[in-house]
Amino acid sequence: MPILEAKNLTYTYSIGTPFEKTAVDHVDLEIGQGEFIGIIGHTGSGKSTLMQMMNGLLKPTEGTVLLDGKDIWEKGADRRAVRFQVGLVFQYPEYQLFEETVYKDIAFGPKNMGLDEQEIDRRVRETAEAVGLREELLQKSPYALSGGQKRRAAIAGVMAMEPRVLILDEPCAGLDPKGRMKILTQLHDYHKRTGCTVMLVSHSMEDVAKYVSKLLVLSHAKVVAFDSPSAVFADGDRLEEMGLALPQVTRIFHALRAKGITVPDEVYTVKYGAEHLLALLREGGGQC
Amino acid sequence: MLKDITLGQYFPLDSVVHRMDARFKIIITMLYLVMLFWGQHVISLIAGFVFLILALICSKIPPKMPVRSIKPILPVLIFTGTLNFFAMKGGTIYWQWKFLSVSSQGIQTSAFMIVRICLLIMGTSLLTYTTSPIALTDAIESLLSPLKKLNMPVHALAMMMTIALRFIPTLIEETDKIMSAQKARGADMESGGLIQRVHALVPILIPLMVSAFRRAEELALAMECRCYHGGEGRTRLRELKSGMRDYIALGITLLLLAAVIVGNILLSRT
Repeated sequence: MPILEAKNLTYTYSIGTPFEKTAVDHVDLEIGQGEFIGIIGHTGSGKSTLMQMMNGLLKPTEGTVLLDGKDIWEKGADRRAVRFQVGLVFQYPEYQLFEETVYKDIAFGPKNMGLDEQEIDRRVRETAEAVGLREELLQKSPYALSGGQKRRAAIAGVMAMEPRVLILDEPCAGLDPKGRMKILTQLHDYHKRTGCTVMLVSHSMEDVAKYVSKLLVLSHAKVVAFDSPSAVFADGDRLEEMGLALPQVTRIFHALRAKGITVPDEVYTVKYGAEHLLALLREGGGQC
Repeated sequence: MLKDITLGQYFPLDSVVHRMDARFKIIITMLYLVMLFWGQHVISLIAGFVFLILALICSKIPPKMPVRSIKPILPVLIFTGTLNFFAMKGGTIYWQWKFLSVSSQGIQTSAFMIVRICLLIMGTSLLTYTTSPIALTDAIESLLSPLKKLNMPVHALAMMMTIALRFIPTLIEETDKIMSAQKARGADMESGGLIQRVHALVPILIPLMVSAFRRAEELALAMECRCYHGGEGRTRLRELKSGMRDYIALGITLLLLAAVIVGNILLSRT
């Protein structure tokens, strides 16, 4: 059974005003346990709205969200409990830091869950380590950290609730390449270590492609594709039409194909691409 | 949730009212308020109502919008309504219990108050619907400029107001976002007693304050980068200009006001 499911999910903003806009339009999704899903789509394609419905922050205008097969908007359902299971890290999460110390801020979520001191302490220390925050930073004010550290502290704040599904909305926005890599590899490690489901929203294909097991492409409030990265990128022209840039290496391989060189069209990591090129060169490099 | 607050939101359309000189619109709105509060007769409410309908038609604003602006002040309306309803004495008394009573005077006054406040809010919200905040503060600056002779920093005050108005929607949006983010971490804002609820506001207020300060600093820097140094010798991109339509609108308003004043005198004589 899928852990998280969306059925016919629709959300419309400002119903009955001139600003009415459907942000998510009849979306069906099935998210399996332990998957690492990348969600891409350009600005305004409905990514953030969809994610906020997944943990019950927004009530769908139409359709349902099922967690373990149970409707989260069912009468009497505990939405707070849902939010502990489906953790959502917002865009620019560092703006939500508020406690005196980093330690207390990371402990905010677990504390709301009603855990005991010992368990909270374990979770705070574990997640701080997972996001690469050194021990001595924990007693500092969150406002004394650097931009990248703040971001990671805020992510740790959600991770510490140990949700079964972790959703991150553009966790790398506004960071330098080094900070981006750091967060992405840490997420990858976290996913491997805990086996929990991770959903990563981004508009950078490059970032996402390397790590995810499945890609969800949104455009104009609708799901355009939901498949493995290789299958999604094989249909690259359609993505480009929607204004989504393919990873550099994929673009190169598509160009090579257009020149009549027989290379696969689903290349999306440099490593995989290099292997193919080397094999091709070994076979009979003369024609290249 | 918070986005539903429409009071003070510009609604860009192309209409006669939108094109009017903001200074005139402010003066007319003030006259409208005088009209509403002149005397205790129904005539002032009728005149106010007529004025509002006229302005609404000319402004092309959908009637839903001003009606919705009443929503945030509903508690105030209910409070004043019930207070007047039970506390006023006079006329025929229908029901009495200790200091509470229902009298014809009470019913009348409370209905009167509610209609008056509704008209007041709808009329003033119409001003902000049809006038951009920038134009509004420009107009206030221009109207207050005689005070410069008294060494009042009129320009600085107007600039402060422009900035404050400009950032209200931004901060509302930000509050919404922070609230969602803390809710995602299990913050509980809907249950518990008063103290618990106040306590629950801390995770929202602190980030909000921090972000307000951050924005203020960024704005100050940006203004300095563009060599802002107060109002001395500053010219405007959009000059305030008054024309025929402004005088006509003012004329109609004055006429209505005069009708209210005359009506009041005549009615109080009998």
